[in-house]
Formats: sequence, C-alpha cells, structure tokens
Amino acid sequence: MKLKKNIAVSENGFLFDPHSGESYSLNKTAQLIVKLISEGKTEVEIMNSIMKKYDVESSALQRYLDDFIMMLHQMNLLEKEDN
Amino acid sequence: MKKLKLTIAVTGLNNTDNPGPGIPVIRGIRDSKEIEARIIGLAYENLEPGIYMPQMLDKTYMIPYPSSGIEAYMERIEEIHKKDPINLIIPNLDAELYTFMKAEPRLKELGIRTFVPTLEQFEERHKANLETYGKKYGIKVPKSMILTGHHDIQKIQDEFEYPVLVKGKFYDAYIAYNPEQVVNHYNKITAKWGLPIIIQEFIKGTEVNVVALGDGKGNTVAAVPMRKLFITDKGKAWSGITLADEEMIRITNHLISKTKWRGGMELEMIKTNKNEYYMIEINPRIPAWVYLAVGAGQNIPEALVKLAMGEKVKPFETYKVGKMFIRYSWDLLGNIDEFEQLSIFGEIEK
Repeated sequence: MKLKKNIAVSENGFLFDPHSGESYSLNKTAQLIVKLISEGKTEVEIMNSIMKKYDVESSALQRYLDDFIMMLHQMNLLEKEDN
Repeated sequence: MKKLKLTIAVTGLNNTDNPGPGIPVIRGIRDSKEIEARIIGLAYENLEPGIYMPQMLDKTYMIPYPSSGIEAYMERIEEIHKKDPINLIIPNLDAELYTFMKAEPRLKELGIRTFVPTLEQFEERHKANLETYGKKYGIKVPKSMILTGHHDIQKIQDEFEYPVLVKGKFYDAYIAYNPEQVVNHYNKITAKWGLPIIIQEFIKGTEVNVVALGDGKGNTVAAVPMRKLFITDKGKAWSGITLADEEMIRITNHLISKTKWRGGMELEMIKTNKNEYYMIEINPRIPAWVYLAVGAGQNIPEALVKLAMGEKVKPFETYKVGKMFIRYSWDLLGNIDEFEQLSIFGEIEK
C-alpha cells in the first residue's frame, strides 16, 4: 500500500491531491493512518500502532481500517497494486 | 534589459460573471518586466467593466460588433490606428476571431500585428468537426452528431444512449435525458445562436482544462492544467486550481506539435474514472482564467506579445501546482462624465 506521488498532508491534517486538485480535511486518526501509510507500514503494523494509542477492539478496528483504505482507493489517493 | 515599448490593443473587457479574457491578459502584460505597454481597450459596450477598472487601460475606444461586417470593423480600427498607432492587437473573443484572421494581411500592411491561429486551424477544431479532428490528430473525443432540424432529433436514439449533451456552434451546452429535453434545448440554443446544433456523447468524469500557447511552428511555449473548483450557472470557472497532470501536458504538446498551433488556446477535457482523457472542446484563444497561469509562473500574455513581435521566447518548463484563483465581484464607482465621454465621443482617456 502506497500513497500516490506528490500527495501532501499538512500538520493540520489538510491533504491535497495535486493530480485531481481535490483537498480533504483529515481527523486525527485519519491523519495518523495516512502518515503510517506514507512511511510504508503494512496494514498489520498500522493496526498495532493504533491499538497502542487507542482503546479499540481489533475486529472493530480492522473493519474501520478496511473501510478507510477502500475510501482512499476510491478517491484515487493510493497507487494501484499489481495483484 | 531594454524593455519592449509597445502600444497594444485588447478586446474582451467584459469582466462580468461571464468574463472575457481582456483584463487577465492586460494584467499579465502589466506584470511583465520586459514589456512597457500603452494599453488600448477596444470595447463593444460602454458598460464593459474593464473600461473603468483602475490601472488597466490607458485609453478605450468603442468599436462596432464584428456582425456589422468586416468593412465597418476595419474602418474603425484604421481610424483608431491613425490617431493612436497600434503595434499589436490581441483579440480575445470567439466571435471576432474570424474577422481578425481574415483581416490579418490588411492589418499587417498597416503595421499592426496579431498572433492568432490560421483560418485552417480555427475551422477544423470547431465543435461540429470534433470527431474528424480527433481521428486526424489521434486524440480521444466524444461521439457527436449534427442536427440541422427538428426531424433529426429522433435519430439520436439510434446512435446514442441518453443522457446526451446539446451544444450550440459557439456557445451554450445543456444535458438532455430524453428527446423532449433535446427539443427544449434545441429551441433555446437555435433562438440565440442559430444552427447547427451538436449532439455529443455524455462522458462521465471530471472536467479539466489546459491553457496553452503555441508558437506556430509546432512548439508548446506554455501549458498549465487546471480544474474548476466552482462553476457559475453559466458554466464558467469562478475558482480553479492548477494540477500536476503529465498526461494533460502530453496531450497538449501532441496537439500543438501536430497542428502547429499559433496563438493561445484552451483545451477542455473530461478525465474519466479510468484516467482516460476525452477532448470536448478546443477554444482558439486565451481563456479568462489565464491569470492563474501567470500566477503559477507562466506569463502567457507576455510570451504571446513577444512571439507576435518576433522576439525569441524560451518555452516554460515548470509551473506551481496547487495555485488557486477565486473571482469576486466589486462595485466600481465612476462618474457620469466618463460614461458621457464614451457615449458621445466613443473614446475615453484614463
């Protein structure tokens, strides 16, 4: 999982996609997930980081994270995976 | 560096909610460090806001509409030129381009330069010819069909799936979901702009645009892609942002190199969810949002002036991504004597 080239996220959680001109406001959790994705972390590593920080059940988190990643794909913010 | 001292005449001063490109073009020229211009406005109506905007024009002359015929039009230009010699005219409106292309040799004789597309370049990119154009130059375009009368409307369903776009030859475009809506739009457009009506396949996606400048030899001198962020009810950009889109630049370069386009242009494309680009329109002039390109680092009006004057221009290679523009409305205050000057004498010195 990789963020598309040139996508910028400010410290305030403002994400700008220079390919589409779209911009998004991320909440703190979304900001953290996007940061972890940009650091090249896997889904499991992202889950572990979030569970360390927040009191959340792994099954619920898995669901939310899958939804969020799907949303990032739909918004064309992630590189397409080959498989 | 020695500055180019020029008198430049500009049209399209209608800075309304359907803005002409005149004022943004002038702003680009005024921003230039290489050009020292006396700028003459050529206005069709005495309430075109650009006439009254501070620091834009040095002088304004009223001119007749191009529909009054090339003779009347050129007579007025010659009259102005005798009083106030012009080096270059930048026509900014679709409806006057044909006149300027036809009049190019005559203007040249008078010592007035222009930098407009050739008649062939202008004619072949018409909305009505877009499909042939796409095939000739290898660009994707939506399927289209020409309507010359009501009797053609029934044929639409054999060729297209609804919805379709109903377009006028020069202006206006509406979406129609059934034949009844086509009839409505057909009547509205023909009443205003006449025939033909163009039916275009509706391509789902995001509209994106490029402002570009071709040197007439196949080189792209400038190209900046943009997406409209806010659109008025007339379909005009009220806000926009520059994009990092290599494919749009590639398509622009390809088209300019194949057509050897001369002058400013605006390419209107639809980008689909599958990242395909369909050209929906090619406007043969600088668009009203050109000042965004100036702000992003490509002063297209300056480059156009230099090309017109036979100066060498180095093509721009970069621009700032994420540069935005937002239009606004502002009440200018004027005095009745300015309006009187224009109405009685057809000219005004600022």
